[in-house]
Amino acid sequence: MPKVNITVDGRPIEVEEGSYVLQAAEALGIDIPTLCFFKYVKPYAACRICVVEARDKRGRTRMVTACNYPASEGIEILTRTPRVMAARRLNLEMLMSRCASMPVLTALAGKLGIDQPRWGTGTDTCILCGLCVRVCDEIVGAQALGFASRGIDRFVTTPFEVDSDACILCGACAALCPTGHIRMEEAGGRDVVHSEITLGPNAAIAVPFRQAVPNAPRIDPDFCVHFRTGGCKVCAAVCPKECISHDDVERFEDLEVGTVVLATGYQDFDPTPMKQYGYGRLPNVITSMEFERMNNAAGSTGGKILMENGKEPGAIAILHCIGSRDQNAHPYCSRVCCMYALKFAHLVKEKTSAEVYQLYIDLRAFGKGYEEFFHRILEEGVNVIRGKGAEIVRGGKEYPEGTLLVRCEDTLAAKFREIPVDMVVLCTALEANHDAKDVARRFGISVGADGWFIERHPKLGPVSTTTDGVFLAGVCQSPKDIPDAVAQGSGAAAQAMSLMIRGEVEMDGAYAVIDDEVCSGCRLCNDLCPYSAIGFDETKKTSSVNPALCKACGTCAAGCPSGAIRALHFADEQIYAEIEGILS
Amino acid sequence: MSFEPNLVGFLCNWCSYTGADLAGTARVKYPPNLKVIRVMCSGRVDPNFILDALARGADGVLVCGCHPGDCHYVEGNYKCQRRLPITRMLVGEMGIDPRRVRLEWVSASEGVRFGEVVSEFTEEIRSLGPLALQEWAFDPAAADAQLAHQGGEHA
Repeated sequence: MPKVNITVDGRPIEVEEGSYVLQAAEALGIDIPTLCFFKYVKPYAACRICVVEARDKRGRTRMVTACNYPASEGIEILTRTPRVMAARRLNLEMLMSRCASMPVLTALAGKLGIDQPRWGTGTDTCILCGLCVRVCDEIVGAQALGFASRGIDRFVTTPFEVDSDACILCGACAALCPTGHIRMEEAGGRDVVHSEITLGPNAAIAVPFRQAVPNAPRIDPDFCVHFRTGGCKVCAAVCPKECISHDDVERFEDLEVGTVVLATGYQDFDPTPMKQYGYGRLPNVITSMEFERMNNAAGSTGGKILMENGKEPGAIAILHCIGSRDQNAHPYCSRVCCMYALKFAHLVKEKTSAEVYQLYIDLRAFGKGYEEFFHRILEEGVNVIRGKGAEIVRGGKEYPEGTLLVRCEDTLAAKFREIPVDMVVLCTALEANHDAKDVARRFGISVGADGWFIERHPKLGPVSTTTDGVFLAGVCQSPKDIPDAVAQGSGAAAQAMSLMIRGEVEMDGAYAVIDDEVCSGCRLCNDLCPYSAIGFDETKKTSSVNPALCKACGTCAAGCPSGAIRALHFADEQIYAEIEGILS
Repeated sequence: MSFEPNLVGFLCNWCSYTGADLAGTARVKYPPNLKVIRVMCSGRVDPNFILDALARGADGVLVCGCHPGDCHYVEGNYKCQRRLPITRMLVGEMGIDPRRVRLEWVSASEGVRFGEVVSEFTEEIRSLGPLALQEWAFDPAAADAQLAHQGGEHA
């Protein structure tokens, strides 16, 4: 587009020819009031509040609406002349004769110095600016709104004035309506897209949660208007860096890599099947992850520890070992729960005045500074009871409404206890991912009985695996806390780097070799090799092994009818010697 | 003195040998009759190894590999799975009870199972008694004649 020079209130600016005067004024920081303008839909000049004087090169002056008056070379725009102000007042007074009480109008009236509109004050709430109609048509693409009737009877409605399926309940009209005339209501079993759900951001485009990695917004195609109508894309228009792509889809990519660090983590144990704890059945029985979310400053309660009724609990029980150290669930210790349970107690004490009960089997405060932290908790007045929480039941009539009774055997006091609390936190086990076995198989490693990946050696190879170049980091190998996971991750990264930085791979000298003299060229071994390491030499009519590809399994050596293949380190004569040795 | 079977085990390096290791570190109790030879893969087990072990006085041979689908070398255990039945037929034709040659899948995490497999195999061989290879077994012509006459150890 060619550029033109115009002036606004005497200030020069270069703008694209045909762009609107309102935008030029905005660029100069000159305020022109408007009610019906939205950058991403075509200007409509309905409210006529944005009137200005435009003087062309021949000196002729006209009253125009700034929102849709195109810039042309040499025009002068005057936004504050007495004539402009009088016209604005007139236009506003006419709008107020229709609907006077809307805050947006009264505020403007105050600015323009209107005390009493000359033609009375109407009680309507719609100024017929048409923003809703235009946004529904141009951006959303739903075309669910339109004007009906004419003249003073004109109004905005859905087709045929009935509840329409054309409306996708996106709420764009309600969001843009300057007077608040349009409201969103859920009716007929249809959900509003932007309904208020308190647990997290649910806008169609949002950062999933505050500490998300990567900390970038993502589009939820279930809610995004573009994926329902093909329109909108306002976010892409707004983004100055052009980061937003609506065409990006989930896809699988093949990456060629030299090393792999498996850090697939864990899944949380679901305590629902343990009926005695009433998770999902009793109110205010939550898991440690849910407590952690609630405790998060960016969480649903803004970091406040609250019960379902929104009140602060008077007493909280924290139950250790839910699903771990339990022959009916996982026999192993989840390792992190003791310490985070103590942390929970500390946080509850810090944020509320609630009594805290810790119910544990054994307290495993094994790490640096952990035992000291435990003592600090004791000094803070946390009730620490040695005895696993056995059952949670509703309190009887003698207790206040909503009281939960935690039953346990206090093994130190040697007596049965029933502790009335308002909230129970279940410290659930860390559990191997349900598909860990598939992942292990894919990488040629194994999983143990509990589903954790098996390292090369429990003491001497805790980071590497039986497959060269595949390393383990974090809980996917076994439950561990953050310092341990970081340590293992650093180890895995360092081992991976040391392989890659060398640029070459050291073989351990175990591979198969084929004796040319003995090979009959039957090619049986060619198909036996799972790595296609054995090739056939057409001129010599013999097979040969590529040592770089050979992984030394020895399947070919066992299958060679001529005995021509020698699996180095596991050669026939070596194994025969072993047999002889152990049987002599 | 009661009969103590002399058993040879071929264990794949990645699953069964590690499983046997686990049986050791977990202090799983099982009979000491099995002498283990480590091979990289159950696919490495040449049927000749089994025959050689039996010829040298083993009362039974146990081959252990990764579970189907878990082979470190993708499919070595499948090769073993196809060779072993043929080997068993072969020893049967030689007049040896095929139960003396057994293939089992033991994963790296199955230390307890390894102990069970060894215990069970030891007991089975104990009940079968010592493998008595006759002199004729080492002479093809005599073996043919004997087989025609006897029809095998358990015919």
